[in-house]
Amino acid sequence: MAEFVVGEDGIKRYLVSITVNGIKYTKVVKANSLLVNFLREDLNLTGTKRACEQGDCGACTVLLDGKPVNSCMVLTVSVDGREVTTVEGLASNDKLDILQEKFIEHSAPQCGFCAPGILMSAKALLMKNPNPTEYEVREAIAGNLCRCTGYVHYVEAILDAAAASQERKDGKNG
Amino acid sequence: MYLPDFEYFTPDSVEEACQLLSKYGPKAMAIAGGTDIVVKMKKEVLAPEILVSIGHLPELKKIEYVPGKGVVIGAGVTHNEVQNSKILQEKYLSVCEAAHQMANNQVRNLGTIGGNISNAVPSADMPPILIALDTTVKIVGSKKERTLPLEDVFKGPNQTVLEHDELITEFVIPDGSFTGSTYLKFGLRASGALAVVGVAASVQMDGGVIKDARIVLGAVSPVPLRAKEAENLLKGKQASEELFEEAGVIASGECRPISDIRASAEYRRDMVRVFTRRALLKAVNEGHV
Ligand SMILES: Cc1cc2nc3c(=O)[nH]c(=O)nc-3n(C[C@H](O)[C@H](O)[C@H](O)COP(=O)(O)OP(=O)(O)OC[C@H]3O[C@@H](n4cnc5c(N)ncnc54)[C@H](O)[C@@H]3O)c2cc1C
Ligand code: FES
Ligand code: FES
Repeated sequence: MAEFVVGEDGIKRYLVSITVNGIKYTKVVKANSLLVNFLREDLNLTGTKRACEQGDCGACTVLLDGKPVNSCMVLTVSVDGREVTTVEGLASNDKLDILQEKFIEHSAPQCGFCAPGILMSAKALLMKNPNPTEYEVREAIAGNLCRCTGYVHYVEAILDAAAASQERKDGKNG
Repeated sequence: MYLPDFEYFTPDSVEEACQLLSKYGPKAMAIAGGTDIVVKMKKEVLAPEILVSIGHLPELKKIEYVPGKGVVIGAGVTHNEVQNSKILQEKYLSVCEAAHQMANNQVRNLGTIGGNISNAVPSADMPPILIALDTTVKIVGSKKERTLPLEDVFKGPNQTVLEHDELITEFVIPDGSFTGSTYLKFGLRASGALAVVGVAASVQMDGGVIKDARIVLGAVSPVPLRAKEAENLLKGKQASEELFEEAGVIASGECRPISDIRASAEYRRDMVRVFTRRALLKAVNEGHV
């Protein structure tokens, strides 16, 4: 049972320990804290977006233990002891992830509001399936709605990122 | 959209979860993946004062084959876990295909099979195929345990026979004699759309003759509906497209659809005809359960 304290307002608050982008945070949250708000408001990680807030649009997509989920439907208390990756966790040592590079190269996003979510869905896909077909790419981002683009450049950028990381791997091995 | 305040419990077992539900009464509710209940709380359709987490319980997470019994699926298994299960892919591919047609990838990583059944929405995608395979449900409460055919669990939209302190713990798809089955979902988009009509069919073939069949309709009555007259028509007959069309016509007479934002009742009725025919053809021809 999660540890809790009862505040002056009589409301229980729970102690959670959550690893976000490799850093372990120990925080006290109310049961009604949603993961998307915890990330944006408590950790100031505003790369994760909030739009429909009911699981339809995917703007709030993060990886929970490596799998993409809608953080607008996840209670922060339920993530105690688990690992979250947000769009801020993709780049390492100031070097962009190959997906981010390709999104720029292909001018994939327009307004960009859907981009963090699409990046996370695409990242999850490539971790599981480094060499996806176009159909698999489309299916992986089907839970990410984009109201600006027609998804065409997104799909091309993701396929290109997959090809480029295969080449880099082959290059290293050879 | 913010949620109102509530208390949250993380029990260590199903038993403890049932005791908590019993102790706190109707103001407490179970939460598995949260994809239905959190949205309902945001929309103020539900306002539980206590949520009892069950999604994390390992005892609800298994998928196993027990010889002589069948495939056992824990209620806390997510739709993507169903879809990716080697055991299910081998034994009941049609169940994996139904799970794959749900929602979108993000929701399938959270939403559970137990939640899909307990939420009891008429358009839910898992009930038709599971009923078509004669699935039974194990229900555990704070005082007693019982097993029911899944078909008997639904009472109406958002209503099941579950008592307040009861949880679904597992589903059993029994070793059966079906030779083929399928679930066809007709939605307005390929992804993230609820079913306008869902039709599951299972058949037991003896050469070209249909020995037994189930047709289960989703989204066209207050609860998932067995089209029993259409099933009866099929029994003992030689399979043919004309026969399946006739079964479709009968099934469309048996359903009780409503008109809503997704489709009119008339359209749903006609789609029941079309999708019943297609589902029977697929169940007979594709040759996997
Ligand atoms: C964007 C979106 C798209 C969707 N698309 C589809 C779709 O295409 N098809 C479809 O069928 N559904 C769809 N859904 C609905 C939902 O995702 C599923 O019904 C899901 O399976 C619910 O499971 P859950 O674990 O999230 O349930 P929860 O929200 O955790 O629980 C739902 C209800 O069931 C109760 N409950 C949960 N588990 C148990 C149990 N083991 N025993 C007793 N009671 C229990 C809870 O108390 C609650 O009342 C969609 C939802 C969203 C947000
Ligand atoms: S904000 Fe979470 S899915 Fe739209
Ligand atoms: S780029 Fe604007 S919503 Fe996708």
